[in-house]
Amino acid sequence: MFGTATPIFKNPRLGLAAGLAVAVLLQLCGGWIDPYTTQVIIFAAINVILAVSLNLVMGETGQFSLCHAAFMAVGAYSSAILTGKVLPSLLPHFSWTGISLASQLSFLPVLLIAGVIAALAGLIVGGPSLRLRGDYLAMVTLGFGEIIRVLLQNTNAVGGARGMEGILPATNLFWTVGAAVATLYTMIALVRSTYGRGFLAVRDDEIAAAAMGIDTTKFKVTAFVIGAFFAGVAGALYAHAVEFISPEGFNFLRSFEIIVMVILGGLGRPVAVAIAAILITLLNEWLRDFSQYRMVIYAIIIILFMILRPAERLAPLFHQLKSLLPGGRKTPVVP
Amino acid sequence: MSDTVPLLEAKHCSLRFGGLAALTDVSLQINDGELVGLIGPNGAGKTSLFNILTGVYKPTEGEIFFEGYPTKGLPPHRINNLGVARTFQNIRLFGSLNVRMNVRTSFIARLRNGVVHTVRRGRSFRLEEAEIQEEGRRLLAFFGLEEASHHPSRSLPYGDQRRLEIVRALATKPRLLLLDEPAAGMNPTEKEELKRLIGQIRAEFGTAILLVEHDMKVVMGICERLIVLDQGRVISEGTPVEVRADPKVIAAYLGESHD
Repeated sequence: MFGTATPIFKNPRLGLAAGLAVAVLLQLCGGWIDPYTTQVIIFAAINVILAVSLNLVMGETGQFSLCHAAFMAVGAYSSAILTGKVLPSLLPHFSWTGISLASQLSFLPVLLIAGVIAALAGLIVGGPSLRLRGDYLAMVTLGFGEIIRVLLQNTNAVGGARGMEGILPATNLFWTVGAAVATLYTMIALVRSTYGRGFLAVRDDEIAAAAMGIDTTKFKVTAFVIGAFFAGVAGALYAHAVEFISPEGFNFLRSFEIIVMVILGGLGRPVAVAIAAILITLLNEWLRDFSQYRMVIYAIIIILFMILRPAERLAPLFHQLKSLLPGGRKTPVVP
Repeated sequence: MSDTVPLLEAKHCSLRFGGLAALTDVSLQINDGELVGLIGPNGAGKTSLFNILTGVYKPTEGEIFFEGYPTKGLPPHRINNLGVARTFQNIRLFGSLNVRMNVRTSFIARLRNGVVHTVRRGRSFRLEEAEIQEEGRRLLAFFGLEEASHHPSRSLPYGDQRRLEIVRALATKPRLLLLDEPAAGMNPTEKEELKRLIGQIRAEFGTAILLVEHDMKVVMGICERLIVLDQGRVISEGTPVEVRADPKVIAAYLGESHD
């Protein structure tokens, strides 16, 4: 159960430091990893960011959102415009691909700005629509997702339906794995606190939460904005990984794929959702060999996942592992 | 007490759903530290009255003041922040949270640290979490629920779930506590314990209590003053002895005699 979860370590910041160290190590060993595996790790990490951030909205706060891919699109286009048009004119002599520390780290502000712009989009949609419930909220978010896609399709400045190409290849193993670790840390740290229990309280019983003094609308909007921020970061990483983006890449089906990851992860535990995101990424890669039967097999495996729930089964193992570490505490067995 | 502002004052409140009048011209006062019982037959409007006092519904007419401050039209969380807490007739605990986390949610409105500090987990965050943990533990210990603090709230026995709802409401540090049928579904032993518990709350926290209850034995035994509702109107008010003797109350509960 989410409520009985104990901190990863006495201080979850240790988990963050360990995860970032892994990201640095991966980057340093990048030369030994073949390009295909690198690509798969990058996609898996981006999917982890998307799924874990949507999980805050859907799994923890209980708000149905069908426009996560739209926030991803906002982040992707923002960063592509930033690195492709705005920054070259502002800083004509800056080398993005140099080996100096400045050019190595210059991707960080781009990612953050992409995230902030997506978060603003989240605030604009979430502010008014989160007063709605259930089906109505789903409809509004579905509508917003389509509006973003159609807007991008009809804006010539960003290539319209042709999309944008030749985006700077700035994404690497460090940035994607590092961002995935940071997202996971943020979600775990957020929920495992008095403040974070507010999200779960809103999901469990809105009327009771309000009666305990919790501003339920504010919590829902906060979850939506934080979720949009990380979706924007994921979008920026994606744009600079594949170097080509088009509005069709961020359609409803993309949103739905993220929702599937969250549901397979059991709607709640960030670690389980992250595992589900990785499994789905690997599944997608594996299915490339089956060409026309791909969707049939995909559907069957998703159904099997629903029945067997591998991600939810793997997550408790992770918890047990933690209780063996110094400072970890055994989680009481919950029936 | 008469020269000071009452803790809670409702003036001529009505609540209508279309043509159905749930409450008509209800006025009441609750003073600081008082224990008032609200009784009435089924469908008399007791829960409706609770709902307008706590902001779940906005009264169609009338005014409500808490410590002289108008609360009509405020959302429920604002009214709670002012110092009015409640429990629910049908228990509404947070099912995915364990016992101590249910109590912790009551501290959220008063947190000093927001999202950024929570994610950063700095010193101020850790201090505040430790404070809240200690205060929650003390409250649970006071109500004898400390043993169960790591259990899921749904696994508690029924009486303990009701008790936990009261603890959770008290953790918001209210000046006024509204209890909606806390004895419903309790056995006689549990009811006796509940009466003792209400006495303890008043002694320890000095909270004023408005108690909705069906069980006459519970209400008559502990309340200083009773308000009787019938068909959305206040039909009688006074000490338990006065109310029990009021022919209008007898008529409402037992039916009118026609001789």
